[in-house]
Amino acid sequence: MPTFTPGEDPGPDFARLAESAGLVAGPTGDGDVLDLPHGTTCVAMRFDEGVVIAGDRRATSGNLISYRTMQKVFPSDRHSAVAIAGAAGAAVEMVRLFQLQLEHYEKVEGKELSLDGKASQLSALLRQNLPAARSGMVVVPLFAGFDRRTEEGRLFQFDVSGGRYEELEYGVTGSGSLHASTVLKLGYRHGHDRDTAVDLAVQALYVAADEDSATGGPDFLRGLFPVVATVTADGYEQIEDDDIRDRSQALVDELASRGLPS
Amino acid sequence: MSTPFYVAPEQVMKDRADYARKGIARGRSLVATTYDDGIVIVAENPSNTLHKVSEIYDRLGFAGVGRYNEFDQLRIAGIRHADLKGFSYSRHDVDGLSLANQYAQMLGQTFTNEMKPMEVEILVAEIGEEPENDQLFHILYDGTVFDRTGFAVLGGDSDAISARVEEGFEERLALGSAISAARTALAGEERELVADDLEVAALGRTHGRRSFRRIVGDDLTDLLS
Repeated sequence: MPTFTPGEDPGPDFARLAESAGLVAGPTGDGDVLDLPHGTTCVAMRFDEGVVIAGDRRATSGNLISYRTMQKVFPSDRHSAVAIAGAAGAAVEMVRLFQLQLEHYEKVEGKELSLDGKASQLSALLRQNLPAARSGMVVVPLFAGFDRRTEEGRLFQFDVSGGRYEELEYGVTGSGSLHASTVLKLGYRHGHDRDTAVDLAVQALYVAADEDSATGGPDFLRGLFPVVATVTADGYEQIEDDDIRDRSQALVDELASRGLPS
Repeated sequence: MSTPFYVAPEQVMKDRADYARKGIARGRSLVATTYDDGIVIVAENPSNTLHKVSEIYDRLGFAGVGRYNEFDQLRIAGIRHADLKGFSYSRHDVDGLSLANQYAQMLGQTFTNEMKPMEVEILVAEIGEEPENDQLFHILYDGTVFDRTGFAVLGGDSDAISARVEEGFEERLALGSAISAARTALAGEERELVADDLEVAALGRTHGRRSFRRIVGDDLTDLLS
């Protein structure tokens, strides 16, 4: 059973605890860039009741599609979510550690971290990952959640070293982020409702997929669609696949109605 | 007067056991009982910040009586054990038995080797997929483990309280009835305990991944009425 002298006690910090137990992998540090699956588009934006966060499903390795059903959007706890871009393995492992970090804190301390505290923890994990990032295991997340203190949705972008930037409207990450952010820039309205926000997220990902080969668009044949979730006062909720399919179909129909070149 | 150099081991152990029991008897008791959806733990606790009942993992709860700083230390050690195990293997691999054994080892070591034993009695509660798999591990100050069926009572007055619980015990009660029965057993003939005197938490099969929930405020008063 893990016990510590008061001086070495990691407190509610699970990452430090895992490190002391030798469970967290150290940096590779050898400088060789590995050909790992990466490439993505993820978006997040505020709306009147909270935040929407969404990500595509494709993982690529160079020019090849390595995975079609990649999950890039995760609940980090009841009132927050994280979306990831970068090296798939490293990113998913970081999400797992992050989720555990938040839950561990809540159990040890008896209360949830503030939203700022959670964002700060994610920064710390990224900073720890910097040596590995230099070897190609890059992770660049988006963090969004419902702040129960200020009663509003908030979101944060990060850079690879853990620098944290709060966005007041929307945020993006991944190889398709420039395309997605243009769509969001044109479509975003402060205080818009859930439906509008979700449609805008679906549209942003669609356009990104249309321009970036590393981002996957809606796959009607296989029934694979972007993962879209909302975080409000009621917590994290992933939107049903059928709903996203209907919205994607409506978007495609609308684009088709504009007339196709002959 | 000459100082005795030899003390019989039995005497040493008895002194330690008496010391621990005295420390535990100073505090208030708690009752853990199975109910239809899982396990509910009702502790007599006037504080609403210094908790005796806490969450360890998805299906594991912890309760302690005696010296607060000592059982709180055990609580945190249990959470660390569970989170580390779940992280290195999987969440499904974290169970109550291995945690109870770890606690028993720790308490046993301290009882034998340290200057003073821990003045605590602790409980590891685990809910299973089915009611038959619900577990209550009761661990004493010296590392003795009891695998209780149906209910467990911790604390100084446990014999009298156990007798009262046993008398009226029914399996698969609804949550409100189970809490009321526990409250009555804790209070005894002479006193009455109200919602403010109690700390209540339940591990429920229908509560989602994290089964532990505290029952406070209006929720508790409604269930007790």
